[in-house]
Amino acid sequence: MPEHSLKAVTPLGHAAPHAETFGPITIAEVTDVALASVAARQGRAADVAAAAKRIGLDLPPPGRHAAGTPCSAFWMGPEMWMVEAPFSTHEDVVAALKPAFGDAASLTEQTDAWARLRVTGADLPRLFERLCNADLARAEAGHAIRTTIEHLGAFLLVRSAAEIDVLAARSSAGSMHHALVAAAKSAF
Amino acid sequence: MIINHPLLGPRDAQEFVYLGDARLIERPDGMAEGAPQAFHDHVYLRDNPAGEHRELWYHEQGDRSWLVVTRNTVTHEITGVELARDVARAKGRSR
Repeated sequence: MPEHSLKAVTPLGHAAPHAETFGPITIAEVTDVALASVAARQGRAADVAAAAKRIGLDLPPPGRHAAGTPCSAFWMGPEMWMVEAPFSTHEDVVAALKPAFGDAASLTEQTDAWARLRVTGADLPRLFERLCNADLARAEAGHAIRTTIEHLGAFLLVRSAAEIDVLAARSSAGSMHHALVAAAKSAF
Repeated sequence: MIINHPLLGPRDAQEFVYLGDARLIERPDGMAEGAPQAFHDHVYLRDNPAGEHRELWYHEQGDRSWLVVTRNTVTHEITGVELARDVARAKGRSR
């Protein structure tokens, strides 16, 4: 085996997760979450629900996020969820989940497909109403909304009234970060 | 235009992509007698009503589900939204 000494970079290209504050808003990269999508195979929804229950994973209803330990999940589509796990213990997240789901679900690792930008601060709807048409004023903690921000698809995970995670395609992380920064500077 | 998604509630139409007539769900059996004519009709023949129309919409910037939307093409009033999956299953399709 050749010896590689490659340095991992964050989605925004930094050596360590980048965070910056604009008035009351902080926008920070979060890189310690591993992701895997779980899609129930045809007619196996009940098996998937049972498997999730066995490992204490809460698979939430449409439009919702369910926090858990160690794994959280949010709804992506009919009979399809994204599972979030701590990167430090679940780097190979599909291998960790596969024994539980067997052939009832198709699992796909998505960790490096997404960039997670954590937006914290007061009055977040005022920021996001400039970016997307998600009704955040009425979305309490636990909502997971898929929407578009500047023509880029994104998930908004409402963790609390003062904290929203934006999941964007890693390949366009810079554009999404720029959109959030521009809106933060304009709103506050 | 707002489409009242059966699972997610009211969503802006810009999140959706329009495909066309909901009769596209009724794909003919390719192995049956007269399949070429049935496929010709399936692919090319459409009604183009001024009024109520059942059509397929895809929630591309959302949960990626296909919907059957009943829309009045004159007023744009939407009178019904169903999951295409449920419509197909009600017609006896397996998926």
